[in-house]
Amino acid sequence: MKSEFKIIADILKPDTRILDVGCDDGTLMEFLKKNKNIDVRGIEISKEKVQICIAKGLTVIEGNAEFDLKQFPNNSFDYVLLGQTLQAFINPEIVIKELLRVGKKAIVTIPNFGHWKVRLNLLFQGTMPVTKTLPNKWYNTPNLHMCTIKDFVEFSKIIDFKIYKSLALINKKVSNINNSNLFLKNLFAELGVFLIEKSDEN
Amino acid sequence: MDIKENIKTLIVKKELKLDCGQVINNFPLAYETYGSLNEKKDNAILVCHALTGDQFVTGLNPITKKEGWWSYAVGPKKSIDTNKYFVICVNVVGGCMGSFGPSHINPKTKKVYGIDFPVITINDIVNAQINLLDHFGIKKLFSVIGGSMGGMQVLQFASNFPDRVKTVVPIACTSNHSAQNIALNELGRQAITADHNWMAGEYLSKNVAPNKGLSVARMAAHITYLSKRGLQEKFGRKLQERDDLKFGFDADFQIESYLRYQGSVFVDRFDANSYLYITRAMDYFDLTKKFNGNLSEAFKNTKAKFFVISFTSDWLYPTQENKDIVIALNSIGADVGFVEIKSDKGHDSFLLDIPDFLKAVKNFLDQSYK
Repeated sequence: MKSEFKIIADILKPDTRILDVGCDDGTLMEFLKKNKNIDVRGIEISKEKVQICIAKGLTVIEGNAEFDLKQFPNNSFDYVLLGQTLQAFINPEIVIKELLRVGKKAIVTIPNFGHWKVRLNLLFQGTMPVTKTLPNKWYNTPNLHMCTIKDFVEFSKIIDFKIYKSLALINKKVSNINNSNLFLKNLFAELGVFLIEKSDEN
Repeated sequence: MDIKENIKTLIVKKELKLDCGQVINNFPLAYETYGSLNEKKDNAILVCHALTGDQFVTGLNPITKKEGWWSYAVGPKKSIDTNKYFVICVNVVGGCMGSFGPSHINPKTKKVYGIDFPVITINDIVNAQINLLDHFGIKKLFSVIGGSMGGMQVLQFASNFPDRVKTVVPIACTSNHSAQNIALNELGRQAITADHNWMAGEYLSKNVAPNKGLSVARMAAHITYLSKRGLQEKFGRKLQERDDLKFGFDADFQIESYLRYQGSVFVDRFDANSYLYITRAMDYFDLTKKFNGNLSEAFKNTKAKFFVISFTSDWLYPTQENKDIVIALNSIGADVGFVEIKSDKGHDSFLLDIPDFLKAVKNFLDQSYK
């Protein structure tokens, strides 16, 4: 299983109710259902992927997270997961707010555009970076709003949500991100994993 | 039309109070079964048929001598695998394949009911069907499944009997009949009643039949089961056995000839009054009515696992109406999956060989049965 999924699975408590937004072929859902007794639902935009999930016996709704999250009541899930797709939405701000409305907590993972290879790529090649985590060219990428780990931390202050836990994935190793190491993690992490909550006053 | 002896029938002794207020008892329910009920009686699937369907789901229909209406989906190793599941299908009340309907004799008047038959609803149809489960000693169905009007029965069943079904599969349907669909049904009914031979519904006792009207009703309805693109691809402007237009009103175009054929074969197997009654039941269908417009309330006691399926080119029961069911279920935290199948075959897709559809049904059922 992908290291990203392992990190997420470790954060999640067993016997909870989870919504996996953009659940893809259901790999993570299947793991959570079998190993953590988690009541997990998925939402996925691709018909082919939905079919794969059905064949695995998973409960998945074909839909677009940008429009279809509104059918879920407030706090109807313990966690809502959003793996590496925030940057692909037309309006990430609305999506984050919806995640935090539907879920008591949310886990958001971000492919880090601040990674040094990305920076060097743009600096020396002068073309839009193409890396292992960002395999597409500028003209065929689904990513509309690329951001860095640092951007996401600042985003939390701007639209007012709480980052409960932030982790960096560097060469399949997980480490904590904090204020003092943010500069370095933002340079070396391929992926940021954030456990977020509504801010207290909301 | 003769109802042959090889129709299985259960006489329901218990009283059934219909939505219209009338009470019926000692009425026949015609049904068919496929596969066998296991010892635990936990492998039964109730298949609900659509407007013009009947209990002969698959294999040869002994009355029409044609393939059953859901032969693609039901049978050994098929989506609804009769090697594994015990499939039951009941001819709806109001129908014309052996169940209590307007062509039966009214014991009071000793005459055919005709339009003296009580107006029935989807709720009545479902409340009648439950008698068959009791007959077989089935406490809980493994699944209830059906498309179109069959899907309406599926939803009604899940609402009326939440403890008696494990999985619920409504296909290409709606929780309340739209104005457009009521309009289309009304068109069909008007075609039938405008036929001189309808005789105010008493055609059977006068040995005539409103075949013209019924076939026009079928032609109009048939168009709604297809899609513009599907029609264009299949027929386009192709001419029927002629090289050029004939400047008359014969069937110049293949599509005209096709529709006329569909109309003409339909009248051999369907009763005009049944068509009136069943379309009325569809029009009256509004699962939200009892719950002040809140569909979620209709399912509030459910523990069943739902799987809703729609088709991209279905304009009769479009995806959004199917999605409304999903939304209502999600808003009460019910277990619901949903997929929209890509197909240009229109509403009829659920009856056809659409591999993505058949695969989804099979995978959902087999995974849920484990």
